[in-house]
Amino acid sequence: MAVRARGLSLGQRRAVWAYIFLIVPLLFFIGVRFAPTLFAMSVSLFKWDILSPTKPWLGLQNYETLFADKVFWKSLTNTLLYVVLSVPLELVFGLTFALLLQSAARWKGFFRALYFIPFVTSTVAISWVWRWMYEPTFGPLNKLLAFLSLPEQKYLANPDQALPSIVIAIAWQAVGFYIIIFLAGLEAIPADFYEAAKIDGAHAWDLFRHITLPLLNPTIVFLTVIGTINGIQVFTQVLNMSFQGTGGPLDATKSLVLFIYQQAFRSFKMGYASAGTVVLFGIILLITLIQLKVTTRRVEY
Amino acid sequence: MNQTQTRGLPRWTTQTILYAVLLIGGILMIIPFVWMLATSLKPAKEVFLGNFFPIAPTLDNFQAVLKKVPFARWYLNSLIVATLSTLSVAFFDSLVGFVLAKYEFRGKNVIFVFILSTLMVPTEMLIIPWFILSNSLNWVDTYWGIMFPGIMTAFGVFLMKQFMEGIPSELLDAARIDGVSEFGLFWRIAMPLVKPALAALCIFNFLGNWNAFLWPVIITEKMDMRTVPVGLAFFSGEAGSAWELIMAGASMATIPFLIVFLIFQRQIIKGIALTGLKG
Repeated sequence: MAVRARGLSLGQRRAVWAYIFLIVPLLFFIGVRFAPTLFAMSVSLFKWDILSPTKPWLGLQNYETLFADKVFWKSLTNTLLYVVLSVPLELVFGLTFALLLQSAARWKGFFRALYFIPFVTSTVAISWVWRWMYEPTFGPLNKLLAFLSLPEQKYLANPDQALPSIVIAIAWQAVGFYIIIFLAGLEAIPADFYEAAKIDGAHAWDLFRHITLPLLNPTIVFLTVIGTINGIQVFTQVLNMSFQGTGGPLDATKSLVLFIYQQAFRSFKMGYASAGTVVLFGIILLITLIQLKVTTRRVEY
Repeated sequence: MNQTQTRGLPRWTTQTILYAVLLIGGILMIIPFVWMLATSLKPAKEVFLGNFFPIAPTLDNFQAVLKKVPFARWYLNSLIVATLSTLSVAFFDSLVGFVLAKYEFRGKNVIFVFILSTLMVPTEMLIIPWFILSNSLNWVDTYWGIMFPGIMTAFGVFLMKQFMEGIPSELLDAARIDGVSEFGLFWRIAMPLVKPALAALCIFNFLGNWNAFLWPVIITEKMDMRTVPVGLAFFSGEAGSAWELIMAGASMATIPFLIVFLIFQRQIIKGIALTGLKG
């Protein structure tokens, strides 16, 4: 390799350029992502009220209070419910409509765009539209039930129905994304696989069960993980759809992130809220590790 | 090709059932939007009648909303924030992706793993430190305050690195011999070659910023500095049962964007699929 001026080899000169290009981005990732992570962990060990000048050290007391807090446990189980209810709904409807679209001879692009519209629309606007649809006295859903002579429902005002009602709005908005990703996954499956199986006398269900589903496995894992992580972080829909944005009725819809938000920005207990975020981080970390384990053990077909 | 075709059933029957199901799904996707628009066009006294569509449609609700809140300003705020952070992401994420894909230097893998590992930390955890920082630096109610957490993304770095790896090193070496600078290699040679991925990243990022809620709701306090989602949320929360006004607000927040989507839907959907698959 030719040695140039200033005694640097060509490779070294390029390495210097690499470092120059990386300075600003590295400062960003350290300053805005990494350091705040450590800072949040340390804040969780203090009684940190943004308005008060003293921030006394508490040790693990925030965590003890958190684990004794009924509302925290309620919001944690609610969050689990959001995930457990929304992810299967999104997967099943996403895959069903992706399969239908793939078999459609015409209008494929039209329907694909139609299903995708909610996904690109503002979640806040959609939450309010659904809230108005669920409105017990004048909303169209109860009007429809009344028309069919079925008992009218309270939806968001009923502690038993409120969370599932929000889940429906969430899944309705997300399903277009699942369809698109499933479609891309389906298109990656070589057509000869189906041809060969058909020659062997396989029926539609066999094709789905033994070719489509196993080959879609990476897509299903990817979407399950994305869906789970999004579900754990549910916030916007709950804030906008629950009465006065408090996660009611009776904390029935309160998610973990809404709980954290209220502690930090309504009660200004930054330390206590940070303890909540550390728990959230732990859960997401666990899921990511499980995902890594599942995806690195990928089977070759 | 046609997998749904089962034995016995003729092709036209399966296709008819298929389109019936697709149509029902499509109607379910569109009805909330129709209901939104229908309500927004109703005079206040019609809202609590039984009719689905307005009897005497009017644009009064839109005027009333525009008189009450600075909706145009919110649009401008959202546009500025989403555009600037998308431009920043497009530049920096590509640059980092390019360097990590095409340069050999000590610490390269450590840097890559470090950037990727920040993906695991949820935004919610960082929001409290960001707020404490912004509060002490007077970034509350500024565009920079809304934008700064998103001017680079680990996901974009990962995505662009994948695509930058596809650029042949011989091409870069040939350009070097022709006297192209190292930055020129990135800007004039690499960037045009990864345009599809870059477009996908921009779409994905713009959408995310446009709809962002959690951070903007915290960092903006003044009415004039709100973004569209934040403004709409506060406006709707205070409007009580004036559903015709809330739906007019929701229509203004969604419809212009929907028109843009419908024009570019092919590219947008392709872009989302691309980012989803590589991610």
